[in-house]
Amino acid sequence: MAYIDLQNDLPGIRGPMEYSPETGKALNELAEILLHNENNTLTRGERELIGAYVSSENDCFFCQNVHGAMAQYYFQSDMQFVDNIKKDYHTTPISDKLKSLLTIAGSVQKGGKYVTTEQVEHAKVLGATDKEIHDTVLIAAAFCMFNRYVDGLNTWAPQDRQVYVERAKMRAEDGYANMNLKK
Amino acid sequence: MPYIPLEEHLPGITGLLEYDKIAAKPIRELTQILLRGDSTLTEGERELIATVVSNGNQCRFCTAAHTAAADILLGENETSKNVKENIVTSPVSNKMKALLTIASMVRESGKAVTKEAIDKAKTEGASDIEIHDTVLIAALFCLYNRYVDGLSTVTPANPNFYKGLAERLRDHGYNRLSHGYDHLKTDKSTVA
Repeated sequence: MAYIDLQNDLPGIRGPMEYSPETGKALNELAEILLHNENNTLTRGERELIGAYVSSENDCFFCQNVHGAMAQYYFQSDMQFVDNIKKDYHTTPISDKLKSLLTIAGSVQKGGKYVTTEQVEHAKVLGATDKEIHDTVLIAAAFCMFNRYVDGLNTWAPQDRQVYVERAKMRAEDGYANMNLKK
Repeated sequence: MPYIPLEEHLPGITGLLEYDKIAAKPIRELTQILLRGDSTLTEGERELIATVVSNGNQCRFCTAAHTAAADILLGENETSKNVKENIVTSPVSNKMKALLTIASMVRESGKAVTKEAIDKAKTEGASDIEIHDTVLIAALFCLYNRYVDGLSTVTPANPNFYKGLAERLRDHGYNRLSHGYDHLKTDKSTVA
């Protein structure tokens, strides 16, 4: 049960977003720009994967399942594909560039200072642009916020992981901005 | 040196917010609502939450910036110093001690926040919205601290830089300056 009376029974981040709509709107606008906006050389799937990976490292059940399901939807894969990436992305069939970006995201999850020049140089050698490195760091940092908001208020999350998979198509089509939190 | 090309006269977070103005917009709005919007917590109290979290994350730029902002809003520089050293013995209300304790737990991890810490805050008079805002401010600074250090931005050594920044935050909040930041090109205090 949530630590405060959210005056609604919506799961995960949607509970506090409905409770505090002004901040909720800004949070969803940020998610839209980082994850859903088409004007980005990283695919939606790649960006969702970064979010899912960081959420997994932060042990946030709700966020890793929402964004894992989004990645699964965009990659047209199964749940195992995303689970393997969360477990050990080095051994998965994703591009070397994406692996190098996940390494940076994993460092950001631990703390900003964990990102090294070597990690950034390696990503650049593999073709990552400055903007892609910037976006990777900001997406990872943003999920360190989202995850803490969700778990710091002890919100509830559906335990059936299939629930998240079934919602992914709608979210992919609608995006995050001006989201109908009750839908 | 930053990992990506940022404007030299804009150290710390400002260079990043100018590098990506599109993402900066909701980040600035969120910060303005949380730290300057209507609240039963004072602006100084909310800056103390930002200070404690940034200090815990060892983000030198954010710690110096929000310490300076808290000092200018509180009109003294002892409280910010004390909360960074020891929340329990610092000269803030019991309610603020409880909220700063929650913020420190959020900094560690969302899952580190205990029911006992929440109950303590409620016993000391914290409202639900104050607890909500404390959690979200602490979470937001976990974003900022990682953004600033994850891209290895410059941290000016000159204390005058943070004084100028704090005055800007007092007078304009977290909104982007309508005339931008080109006037800072002549500011010599931005050098690391």
